[in-house]
Amino acid sequence: MALTTATHPDRPSAAGIQPSRSMRARMQDALPKLVLAPSFAITLIFVYGFILWTIYLSFTNSKAFPKYVLTDARAYQRLWRWTFESDPPSSWYTSITNMGIFGVLYIAICLGLGLLIAILLDQKIRGEGLLRPIYLYPMALSFIVTGVAWKWFLDPGLGLEQTLHQWGWTSFHFDWIKNKDFVIYTVVIAGVWQASGFVMAMFLAGLRGIDSEIVKASQIDGASTFQLYRRIIIPLLRPVFLSALIVLAHMAIKSYDLVVALTSGGPGGSAWLPSNFMYEYTFKRNEMAVGSASAVIMLATISAIIVPYLYSELREKAR
Amino acid sequence: MMRKLMMAAAMLATTALTAHADDVKEVQMLHWWTSGGEAAALNVLKQDLATEGYTWKDVPVAGGGGDAAMTALKAMVAAGNPPTASQMLGYTVLDYAEAGKMGDLTETAVAEGWDKAVPAALQKFAVYDGKWVAAPVNVHSVNWLWINKAVMDKIGGTEPKTFDDFIALLDKAKAAGVTPLALGGQNWQEATMFDSVVLSTGGPEFYKKAFNDLDEDALKSDTMKKSFDNLAKLKTYVDPNFSGRDWNLATAMVINGDALVQVMGDWAKGEFVAAKKVPGTDFLCYRFPGTDGSVIYNSDMFGMFDVPDDRKAAQIALAKATLSKSFQSAFNVVKGSVPARTDVPDTDFDACGKKGIADLKAANEGGTLFGSFAQGYGAPPAVANAYKDVVSKFVHGQITSSDQAVDELVKAIDDAK
Repeated sequence: MALTTATHPDRPSAAGIQPSRSMRARMQDALPKLVLAPSFAITLIFVYGFILWTIYLSFTNSKAFPKYVLTDARAYQRLWRWTFESDPPSSWYTSITNMGIFGVLYIAICLGLGLLIAILLDQKIRGEGLLRPIYLYPMALSFIVTGVAWKWFLDPGLGLEQTLHQWGWTSFHFDWIKNKDFVIYTVVIAGVWQASGFVMAMFLAGLRGIDSEIVKASQIDGASTFQLYRRIIIPLLRPVFLSALIVLAHMAIKSYDLVVALTSGGPGGSAWLPSNFMYEYTFKRNEMAVGSASAVIMLATISAIIVPYLYSELREKAR
Repeated sequence: MMRKLMMAAAMLATTALTAHADDVKEVQMLHWWTSGGEAAALNVLKQDLATEGYTWKDVPVAGGGGDAAMTALKAMVAAGNPPTASQMLGYTVLDYAEAGKMGDLTETAVAEGWDKAVPAALQKFAVYDGKWVAAPVNVHSVNWLWINKAVMDKIGGTEPKTFDDFIALLDKAKAAGVTPLALGGQNWQEATMFDSVVLSTGGPEFYKKAFNDLDEDALKSDTMKKSFDNLAKLKTYVDPNFSGRDWNLATAMVINGDALVQVMGDWAKGEFVAAKKVPGTDFLCYRFPGTDGSVIYNSDMFGMFDVPDDRKAAQIALAKATLSKSFQSAFNVVKGSVPARTDVPDTDFDACGKKGIADLKAANEGGTLFGSFAQGYGAPPAVANAYKDVVSKFVHGQITSSDQAVDELVKAIDDAK
């Protein structure tokens, strides 16, 4: 963008006033569009085209293969009914309540822990160069690796519990990963372990960007360290909070592999998230319409979070 | 230099043309038999085909399980480029046949006498609309107990004949400080065990009515409630750490003597054999108590696709080789299952295999050969998975009573139909 403006400072009126513009100039003008066209087309088809296709399928009676005859919204009606079946919990009820628990805890703990570590690291301590990557590196692992590692660590017969028993603490008991009511919290543990370092890096960058004059001024005014952070630094980090929130929210909603690797669905399917539900119904149970409907609901949920954010961001830029 | 290149190109072009004119001497096979024993079993087929001049090409599938293979297959078929054949299970074959994607092997089948040799219950899945569309490779049966003999001797147990005997045996093991029942807490394993429990509790007629015909009265009957109660009883003999365990790890518990018994399909025998254990001396195979005389089966099939004419000869050769007696025997000895045709001699099989063959024959003749609901041979995948959900939720405590379980079962099956 900047480049084109630099070459053609008078671009808006250029075409009209100078009909004899050289071929070269015209090529230069068209080049960015030409280069971007393939990726634009691919995105248009494979993202937005397939979103529309999924929405279409959710209103059909597709089973193993897509069917194109529109029926009524039976898939949504079933999902709606399942939403309120809590005793015994339907798979969809389990999925969406898990999404709530996982989403809230994952985002809140990651933000809190990330901020805390970032503030502690920001105290000009020695060895920061060593500590920072240690916290950041879990992010470099794939969810599958994280899931398998934590699965072994949390397994009562293999990991933590077994080890502590061998060391003599035989009353120690930690079987959340085998417990239908607590298995979702083990997913939170593994997820937080993986992502909090990344959030820390974002906050650290934010902290480094704060003008030291402001900090000095407040210190001269006699603010305590707590007040300094509470009243000045954390409010200044607001944009970082927002970016981190968006990154974490979409990571939470698309979590699928972590649940599979860590719990393979949990006891009686008690660790399912909506993404697991979608995959299971579409590809394993030959209920493509229900799977598509759940995917559409997930998309709507993400939109409900992202769209207001984009709107507010764009409005601020326009100002 | 230029001329050489052009000549080479011309030669390539002609070879490509001639190759196209003749039949393709290649079998493209999609399967997920990649573990040691399974791969060895499949090698027998490859060699048989090689002697007839056909080469073998595996269609690569990322990931180990059947799910990934089925997704790959869906993509290939949808793109109009099906493999010669694919390993398939039960209703999947019928799904593809209904969509008009399968070939027709009827001529070969009649010539080879498949309709007489292959059990009628299996033909339900290999024949669609009067046409043979798949070649059954083997018959697995799921109502087996696999017992560690050393542990059995230690606790002084004998073969349980009824469900109450079985509970008494498990009590003995518990008293001796051994984990009585090795179970992997994944929904298909729990449901596979429940198949046997229902057959044992309600008898063959009831099993067929409930789990093959999906009769609603049978599904919500008191017998079904009692079956769930029996399942709850069995659950008390499982170690606390069972949830999520893979089936072969549960088998390993029995092999190592950490547990007395596992209820599992006969693929578990492959694990025993791979660990160099001998049936009769190291481990025992009994029918699930109260199910003697009936067989709950599932079967691996080679689904044969509607391929272009130049690939049909290879397909027919594959189908013939698959159901030849020599291959059926050689393959199933290694795989742990029994032959898909009842006229194969049992000389090469071990004690458990011999019993399996005799049981299959008797069940076929007596009309007590039933498709396993848990393994997708009782109802289409959507219904089978709904069933597995209910059983699993019952085992893990989301469903708290057998009354509730029966209600849920009826509702879930109805919903998925």
